[in-house]
Amino acid sequence: MANIKVLVAKPGLDGHDRGAKVVARALRDAGFEVIYTGIRLTPEQIAEAALQDDVNVVALSLLSGAHNTLFPKVVELLKEKGMTDVLVIGGGVIPDADIPGLKAAGIAEVFTPGTPTSKVVDFINANVK
Amino acid sequence: MDIVEEILKQNRLALSKGITAVENEYDNAVDIMTKIYTHTGHAYVIGITGPPGAGKSTLTDKIAKEFRKRGKTVGIVAIDPTSPYSGGAILGDRIRMMDLMMDSGIFIRSMATRGSLGGLSQKAGDAVKLMDAFGMDIILVETVGVGQSEVDIVKTADTTMVVVIPGMGDDIQAIKAGILEIGDLLTINKADREGADKLNIEMEMMLELNNEKNAGWRPPINRTIASKDQGTEAVVDSILAHRDFLMKTGKLDDIRKARIKSEVTDMVNVRVNRYIDKNVVRTAEFDETIEKLQRRETEPYSVVDNIVSKVLK
Repeated sequence: MANIKVLVAKPGLDGHDRGAKVVARALRDAGFEVIYTGIRLTPEQIAEAALQDDVNVVALSLLSGAHNTLFPKVVELLKEKGMTDVLVIGGGVIPDADIPGLKAAGIAEVFTPGTPTSKVVDFINANVK
Repeated sequence: MDIVEEILKQNRLALSKGITAVENEYDNAVDIMTKIYTHTGHAYVIGITGPPGAGKSTLTDKIAKEFRKRGKTVGIVAIDPTSPYSGGAILGDRIRMMDLMMDSGIFIRSMATRGSLGGLSQKAGDAVKLMDAFGMDIILVETVGVGQSEVDIVKTADTTMVVVIPGMGDDIQAIKAGILEIGDLLTINKADREGADKLNIEMEMMLELNNEKNAGWRPPINRTIASKDQGTEAVVDSILAHRDFLMKTGKLDDIRKARIKSEVTDMVNVRVNRYIDKNVVRTAEFDETIEKLQRRETEPYSVVDNIVSKVLK
């Protein structure tokens, strides 16, 4: 009965949520419980929502270019709150050159445009703690 | 981490982990609920239900803020349906409540209905108890009013509010048995839409014809525009008026006694259902019987008799 719970969130000033909604729907169809929290959120709001719903995965979507600041901030706040076993993944328009830095900051994987949703599902199933 | 001890010390992570334990039926869940039970019974529980799209989440957000203004802490259990096909769910209530996120006097938990064998009302009830023990003064349980399990959850509240919107059907809908009957409060949301006056009159008429269930209390009809935070104060006033009514008449004790009774009955039912699922339904013998039934070699009545007499031995 332990369903995988995924928080899908868009941090920062970015209203483009089509991609996040497609991913949310795909995750639902894969049998996950998806908490969709919407657009223009602060890292603090996302981390607190993740704590209250005790999610297994935080999936961040961002197309504004602020990923290097906002993604690591979410990871940091989750740790501060004691949510140490959460898998944080990211997606959006993210340059390849930024990906190693994000991974070093605790983002488990980054999915760029063109990724089949099944790849995200498989990654979560294989890596969720 | 001792979850119970930490919850009583208002540790938010512990509250969250405690709810997960009951939701996922972890081994420590029974232990947690056993220890927490005597610390519960202080919170006032409000059920909020209505059709999809009525604005329940937005209204819940506004009601929570109004209670905060009045110095109360608020827990919210927001329930959305699980897809019967994939087993997944989109829990989208929180999207309307994101600006409550930075308030330490508020704790919101999203829950999926999951399967019917899961005992949702029991799990939601346990989540309410954990928030109660944590120290929340007011607990809002928000759920789509479409199925029996959702109605059951709301029935476990002290005060139940049904949210409706104009344009959902004619006056026959209002006199059909069902959801409007469970409301101690009726709220017309999106009241700036065409048809709000007509709906208001129809609901008044329905109340005129009401039975004695609500003797002494006529459900007030409030109008709100939740997206603009209009009418929220009056709704909260009505909730508190209903609470006062229940307290003065002693009905609150009756409601809570009935709730405990139904909780215990549910717990027994869930356990019996699981037992039957495991020991009857998921057996090769049962599959064979179903095939025999399909070939019309036997009939279901004696099959059921057989099973029941075996189980109740």
